[in-house]
Amino acid sequence: MELDALLLSRIQFAFTIGYHIIFPSLSIGLAFFLAILEGLELNAKSPERKQTYRRAYDFWLRFFALSFGMGVVSGVVLSYEIGTNWGRFSEIAGPVVGPLMSFEVLSAFFLEAGFLGIMLLGRNRVGPKVHYFSTCMVSLGTMISAFWILSANSFMHTPAGFDIVDGIVMPVDWWAIVFNPSFPYRYFHMVVAALLSTSFVIAAVGAWYVIHNRQVDFGKDLMKTGLLAAAVLAPTQVVIGDLHGLNTLEHQPIKVAAMEGHWETGGEVPLLLFAWPDEEAEENYFEIGIPKLASLILTHDPSGELQGLTSVPAEDRPPVAPVFFSFRLMVGLGMLMLGLAWLGMFKWWRGTLGNNDWFATAIRFCSPIGFFAILAGWVVTEVGRQPWTVTGLLRTSGASSLVPGQDVAFTLLAFVVVYSVLFVAFVLFFRHLLRKGPGSLTTESLPHQGNARPAFLAGRD
Amino acid sequence: MNMELLPLVWAAILGLSVTLYVLLDGFSLGAGILFPFAKTEERRDLIMASVAPVWDGNQTWLVGGGMALLTAFPKAFNLLLSTFYLPLSIMLLALVFRGVAFEFRFKAKQKTFWDRSFIGGSTVAAFCQGLVLGGYIQGFDLVTHPNGAESLALHAGSVFSPFAIATGVAVCLAYALLGACWLIVKTEGAEQAWARTAAKRIVPLIGIAVLMVSLWTPYVEPAIAERWFTMPNLLFLSPIPVWTAGLFGTLWWSLNQEQRWDGLPFLSCIGLYLLTLVGLAISVWPWIVPRVFSIWDIAAPEPSLMFALVGVLFIVPVILVYTAHAYYVFRGKTDIHDVYH
Repeated sequence: MELDALLLSRIQFAFTIGYHIIFPSLSIGLAFFLAILEGLELNAKSPERKQTYRRAYDFWLRFFALSFGMGVVSGVVLSYEIGTNWGRFSEIAGPVVGPLMSFEVLSAFFLEAGFLGIMLLGRNRVGPKVHYFSTCMVSLGTMISAFWILSANSFMHTPAGFDIVDGIVMPVDWWAIVFNPSFPYRYFHMVVAALLSTSFVIAAVGAWYVIHNRQVDFGKDLMKTGLLAAAVLAPTQVVIGDLHGLNTLEHQPIKVAAMEGHWETGGEVPLLLFAWPDEEAEENYFEIGIPKLASLILTHDPSGELQGLTSVPAEDRPPVAPVFFSFRLMVGLGMLMLGLAWLGMFKWWRGTLGNNDWFATAIRFCSPIGFFAILAGWVVTEVGRQPWTVTGLLRTSGASSLVPGQDVAFTLLAFVVVYSVLFVAFVLFFRHLLRKGPGSLTTESLPHQGNARPAFLAGRD
Repeated sequence: MNMELLPLVWAAILGLSVTLYVLLDGFSLGAGILFPFAKTEERRDLIMASVAPVWDGNQTWLVGGGMALLTAFPKAFNLLLSTFYLPLSIMLLALVFRGVAFEFRFKAKQKTFWDRSFIGGSTVAAFCQGLVLGGYIQGFDLVTHPNGAESLALHAGSVFSPFAIATGVAVCLAYALLGACWLIVKTEGAEQAWARTAAKRIVPLIGIAVLMVSLWTPYVEPAIAERWFTMPNLLFLSPIPVWTAGLFGTLWWSLNQEQRWDGLPFLSCIGLYLLTLVGLAISVWPWIVPRVFSIWDIAAPEPSLMFALVGVLFIVPVILVYTAHAYYVFRGKTDIHDVYH
């Protein structure tokens, strides 16, 4: 049987990059949070305040180390996959993408690595200010890393500042390349998404302590911190997301048409809450929509005309259903986060935030909500980019490496198995740290020995 | 700057990345390869703690080298990485196991699984790097497909050729020796004595491996033999084997000292590997895809090389400063309390 190397490579890359994105998102958020905590600690006047901040710092540092480690190992894989699996893309777009990614390595990866050791293990070897500086450099590194990789990614969506010479992308204007049309929107959309997702993790961890009636004050503080951040970040994200959408409409109108399930070019386009898009018939079934709202949102005119999917040949359209449904999932989760965060603020005002009630339970189970929204958002934007790898320049069908299908099948299987095992380990270690709690961290001694259970069950008590 | 000089500069940057990767991650991976021979938990903890603060930075040179190749020679990045699909993908998976072991092992109550993850990850990654090296030295032919697409055929026929397997084993031994010498620097007393013994056991094996690969290389690729064994190259290159012998002598002598000259074995080892890498560069020069494309044939366009070069010239000195600072902070003998706190 001939295995399709292209299809398998697409599945493998989607899987490995979707897996990866969770961890840098958490790392961006936690590194920023840690930098704030350590700054507060250094500026605090009373020893009690200092101790409070230090306790929270030491507690979250362990979680950060966990997610950063997962991010590093899954990230190295991606930088090589663009050669092993997407070699033609590397060859054709490499003159632009290569320098951008080199800048990422130089300005971000080394910065993170150079200060990570001090941040994690160097507390007793450097002064408080050098340690704080290290935390800030690691946090800065995560933001710079996002800058370059999203610039490269945005170039694939909205390429600018180049010529094509002998079928190869030739850089002409680096400023236009780095700050290509969709990049600023994508960057802030992603960084805010990372911070928002992390806010919910922080609030959910707090809720866990409230529900388990352990370290309740610590838990309440975390719920307040996380939900306050989310109450500010969620509406910010709505605005940025809207601007990003308008930018996409300008540069990738067919992607927006897929997001809206909009087939025929025309005005007075409804905002569909639900529909079942049929790509064969080029129409939707079971439409439930709000009349004219999509036109109003996207053109600021209720009768505004929007380009439909059928305005381009079928082979130039993305798969509609995944884009359409993922978009609804992303927006729905975003609205849920907004509602929960504001409800949390209301409860804070009423003095009931941090009670062991249904709200704490809801927040606890919302710990991964932001990551689901991020993954849904990535499906919208990356599947929506199809059939192109670089919009208008390189089709995905021409971007892959010439490798035997069975080799890709083997590595795909290996990645699925290995990553699944590691994900289980990650979740169990996360719970392990949660159960250990903040108090015991400072007095932690050598771990116990002679426990016969497998390591990845170590967190189960 | 022009297109004569720029590919040369980028070949040098690539060479620097590979060299730093081999030397730095070499000792980190080597620590993992030696891990199974450390029988007590305390010894294993110490080995891991000696590498824990710096392994991430060390591994970053692998990404740096990869991205330098993509930047400067995009076509080589495509052809080489596709050709070495399996050994590279397996190496990446192995590095995943190696990397997470640092984080998970110290948090785990039961360490066996993560011990194996660290050992297997380090050893398999090193072996795969050796496989790629072996296949690379042997060279390629360009295959043009009916649809115009291009790919490489290995001269050896397979990535698992006997020569590649030999280089794979040699790389494992070389990293293990470097790891042992690193442990001599970072430990004292009984632990250091153990590391010295380990190093002394590896030296004869590595002598055989180096000799074998050195003699076998000219045989697998006649062009390499011609480069080394014709006049006047023979004269210019003759110091290399002499220096190699001198460094081997220094290494052996310093390994046999007790509780002094702690840094000398590591430095001799670095000297040896630098010579080996120079030797490799001489054998492969001026190819980026050996026997198919030279560094001038498939260099990226000038704007790409210039833009990234500016970044390299401004940022790499800063990287070297704070990386040195990180090593300085964790200088001296490893304190196990750094990882348990």
